[in-house]
Amino acid sequence: MMNIERFYRAVSAEDALNVYQNTEGAAVLGGCCYLRMGAKNITAGIDLSALGLDRITVSGGSTELGAMVSLRDLETDENILKNFGGLFRDACADIVGVQLRNCATIGGTVAGRYPFSDILTAMSVLDVTILFASGASMSLADYMDSKKPAKDIITKIIIKNNVKKAVFNSVRNSHGDYAVLNCACAVKDGKYSLAVGARPQKAVRVTKAEEFLNNCAITAETAEEAGKICSGALDFQDNIRGKAEYRKAVCVPLVKRAVMGAAYAG
Amino acid sequence: MLVNITVNGQKRELTADPGEFLSETLRKAGYLSVKQGCDTGSCGLCTVWVDEKPVLSCAYLTARADGRSITTIEGVQKEAEAFAAFMADEGAEQCGYCLSGFVMTVLAMEKELKDPTDEEIQHYMAGCLCRCTGYMSQTRAVKKYLESKK
Amino acid sequence: MKYIGKKIHKSDGNALVKGLPVYTDDLGINNNTLIIKILRNPHPNAVIKSIDVSEALAMDGVECALTYKDVPDVYFTLAGQSYPEPSAYDRRVLDRHVRYVGDEVAIVAAVDEKTALKALKKIHVEYDVLEPVLDLDTALDNKALVHPVQPHTNFDIGCDASRNIASTTYTEQGNVDEVLKSCDAVSGLRCRTQAQAHAMMETYRASVAIDYNGRLVVTSSTQIPFHVRRHLSRILGIPKSMIKIIKPRLGGGFGGKQTATAELFPALVTHITKKPSKIIYTRHETFSCSTSRHAMMLDVRLGADRNGRIKAIDIHSFSDTGAYGEHAPTVFYVVGHKTLPLYHSEACRYYGHALYTNKMPAGALRGYGATQGTFAQESAMNQLSDMLGIDPCELRLMNLLDEGDVHHELDGSIPGNPAVLKSSALKKCIETGKKMIGWDEKYPRVVIDDRYVKGYGMAVTMQGSGIAKIDTATAFIKLNDGGFFTLIHSASDMGQGSDTVLLQMAAEVLEVDIKNIIVTSDDIDTVPYDPGAYASSGTYVTGNAVIAAAEDMKRQITETAARMLHTDAESIEYGGDVIRSKDGSSISLREIGEKLCGFTGKDQLIAKGTYGGDTSPPPFVAGFAEVTVDTETGRCAVTDFCAVADCGTVINENLARVQLEGGIAQGIGMALYEDVIYSSTGRMATDTFMTYKIPCRKDFNCIRTAFESSYEPTGPFGAKSLGEVVINTPAPAIAHAVYNAVGVRVTELPITPEKVLMGMLKKDG
Repeated sequence: MMNIERFYRAVSAEDALNVYQNTEGAAVLGGCCYLRMGAKNITAGIDLSALGLDRITVSGGSTELGAMVSLRDLETDENILKNFGGLFRDACADIVGVQLRNCATIGGTVAGRYPFSDILTAMSVLDVTILFASGASMSLADYMDSKKPAKDIITKIIIKNNVKKAVFNSVRNSHGDYAVLNCACAVKDGKYSLAVGARPQKAVRVTKAEEFLNNCAITAETAEEAGKICSGALDFQDNIRGKAEYRKAVCVPLVKRAVMGAAYAG
Repeated sequence: MLVNITVNGQKRELTADPGEFLSETLRKAGYLSVKQGCDTGSCGLCTVWVDEKPVLSCAYLTARADGRSITTIEGVQKEAEAFAAFMADEGAEQCGYCLSGFVMTVLAMEKELKDPTDEEIQHYMAGCLCRCTGYMSQTRAVKKYLESKK
Repeated sequence: MKYIGKKIHKSDGNALVKGLPVYTDDLGINNNTLIIKILRNPHPNAVIKSIDVSEALAMDGVECALTYKDVPDVYFTLAGQSYPEPSAYDRRVLDRHVRYVGDEVAIVAAVDEKTALKALKKIHVEYDVLEPVLDLDTALDNKALVHPVQPHTNFDIGCDASRNIASTTYTEQGNVDEVLKSCDAVSGLRCRTQAQAHAMMETYRASVAIDYNGRLVVTSSTQIPFHVRRHLSRILGIPKSMIKIIKPRLGGGFGGKQTATAELFPALVTHITKKPSKIIYTRHETFSCSTSRHAMMLDVRLGADRNGRIKAIDIHSFSDTGAYGEHAPTVFYVVGHKTLPLYHSEACRYYGHALYTNKMPAGALRGYGATQGTFAQESAMNQLSDMLGIDPCELRLMNLLDEGDVHHELDGSIPGNPAVLKSSALKKCIETGKKMIGWDEKYPRVVIDDRYVKGYGMAVTMQGSGIAKIDTATAFIKLNDGGFFTLIHSASDMGQGSDTVLLQMAAEVLEVDIKNIIVTSDDIDTVPYDPGAYASSGTYVTGNAVIAAAEDMKRQITETAARMLHTDAESIEYGGDVIRSKDGSSISLREIGEKLCGFTGKDQLIAKGTYGGDTSPPPFVAGFAEVTVDTETGRCAVTDFCAVADCGTVINENLARVQLEGGIAQGIGMALYEDVIYSSTGRMATDTFMTYKIPCRKDFNCIRTAFESSYEPTGPFGAKSLGEVVINTPAPAIAHAVYNAVGVRVTELPITPEKVLMGMLKKDG
């Protein structure tokens, strides 16, 4: 059974970092949606909700998300919709329900690096920088790759507003379930970026398919070809939601649709 | 630890473990409408409002609610009564165990969405599981209720 | 009729919508209630070599830590069935031999949950791990045994523990093998149905205290309060009279609470410690340490002549009853008995075994075997219709039993004297359903575009209404001093609305405003005996008892009024609120009530009615599915489901409609989403709402319903049951629709996108 010995409401990012780095067994509290399921003993649960990190702002060609921005805000915020189209709205749509999305945070989602995450697959096709309490920053790709991130606290997520169109889609056994496979495609500065996640391993960009798309006209055939490239290039595995061979098969139409959606309106 | 929260308009000083969730604290404090249906944030039964927003009280730390305002269905009995008439007309109550959370979500939707489409209603309410009704009667009641408020 | 067939509001509805505290755990009035947690076995099959609870017991706040050494050594079944129970007595409170992952090893009671959970970690157990039986296909005659000792059975249910057989059924009319040889077409399928979870929203729970008379007071979320009392009496070795059961409002049951899953633990703790205690199952325990639907493998063959006349039906089945045989023989029996009598045939047979495995026990779940049997038989019917080129609706219409027909497998039959089907509007249900879904225009498929195809499928089903020659219920009605009535019964409303339906019947007979009758059904000290809420018996069995009680009350009032008005009963005209004599004098019900309760009358009226049926009249449903298949991903969505039911007279239109819609939704869950997966080490992997997906409201948005009412002459106001039959058609109808859309016949539930797409790819080579 999960236990928190001390609840600590940080007064500043520095304060939070100080407690985090100097208390053995401390943990930063995100949306706490998975907390109950764990069995961890947390000596100090560090709460960031007093730090004003629940805002979405636009400045200098980027959108800034505080770590405590809820997934519900990510889903409905007008600036997000304006700058990234339906990408995040669609990536949020099957995450349980409004009540859970009002709790879950973007900072918690990124910090969790969940391989099944719809949000992380969507973010993987954007230019994302993560800011930490120490002042350090890192690209999302590096963060997802780094085996052991430094003991730091995510405070902000900054996304470049260079997206012409971005699309998220997924296949799942039922609504509100985790994806059997998810996929996102974006057109940024005239170039395609493409990511596939929940394989069930974490989302990855498929550069071979991106290169292919960047060098051809997008038609139903080339979009499908991109799907085949992904299907052939990626490693898929079994879990209770689906077998590797199904994921491999369904990768093709999923990518095809994402590419067609990103290339053409409607 | 001591937590100061306003529950249904009343200032309360409640005792809770630092790792305790609102659902437990509220039930201990006598707000028995709050039900827990799962341990995974999946069912929506425990929905209450924190600062007017519907949240899963089983996933919301009581300590985090310090200084905030909580509403349970005990605090919106008049609204629930009005909605109950539409549920009764459809026979949509069945076992009723999901209804506290369901009604809190319906009332939150009413405030948040103006004139929602059928699809928007389903999407907003999707986090409220029900095993008895098959949802159709609930949806009919919600639509007629919203229609009546126009 | 004033109340029958009307949309009467549910009697408890307002309280439920407003979130009032009416459920088991809302009613705890004792402080310092001990919290019970169970230490559960991590191995599918093991024997406890040693167990040491001393460290747990030494902890502050731990009241007791019970092992097999501390509890009564008695064998029993937890199945909620009338005595003598048909299920084997194959369980003990705690056993050295633990038979599935989750089986109980030790019972801990402590001052709070935290302490109880900590104490579980301080119990040290050593196991001798045995070879488990994890696969239904290899359970029979496996050298590993789930029950090395043959359990006691009250009847010859064909239990042979030395072969892992929990029960055996064999029934045959005519000579199936011979008749099959003479058929022009024989369809054949191997079907598999999964161990569906009830997934009721309120998990299993019970609290127990000792009252001022020294009696054990059990407050439990149960469908079967009288059976719970009998089981506890046997287990604890105390007289039934020393046990009181209170059944508050239930947060759903669906058959799960027809097994006494949780009550024995607090009963035992309180019996031993004399302190109040309670247990609340977690969702994880509710999924993996209770009961489920019996998973089954069914081999079905249907033989017909070239014109589509069915000649033979043959169903063989293995049923997975898991570690214990709760409901094993009866569910297994129902598979054949609620399917074979749908159709005329020259010969029919149903046979096979329920088998023990080292998995969570199966038990009762809405449909109770008929669901599994219907999936197999109706899937084979649909296959036969393809083979013969006959429309599946036509094939049914040609072969269904009509009103007045007899069938040897109908409940209530005795050898040589088959029961008569006294009511059926199933053919009308089919005609109506066809029109609703647009069958003639759309069957078998409508291609929407390159990606989406809509397929259409159908199935029919039957169930029973109570258990013939067994289920017997009694109802009381009391005339109170204010001239209002109390209806006292124990049909154990679990949300479906039996309290309301029974009130309607009483009000109809007594000719009074329904508000003039209160209903009480939650304390078995005061209510008459009723088996409880199962076997689709509330409306039919208890309903008939209520009518008899109400008629008895009417007679008593008439006689009393005659006495008070100084005339004879023949001169009295019963009129509900006012009773008139032919001579013009009258007396109000209120006056009668006041007088009878006081010194002048000295005769409070209490009426009773009892009913038990010789037959179990079947309700019917015809289900029609429109399934939109994404041909690229294999994903299937039910975009329309039309269900038409014959439940005899519809007593409450609203409640009936919601029963029908809700049952169809559960059936859709079983058809498409609800997968049960065990790991190779026997652990259930689908034990949360994150991994076991019941339908959410976005999964379908169109269930349409209609009623075609027959009139059941033995039923209350012509009514039959409805609660279970509603779950049976979605799986076969949806499977049929998927086949018609993309040519993949899925015979193993659930029909996941993966099975459909991989089937399509395989078909296309």
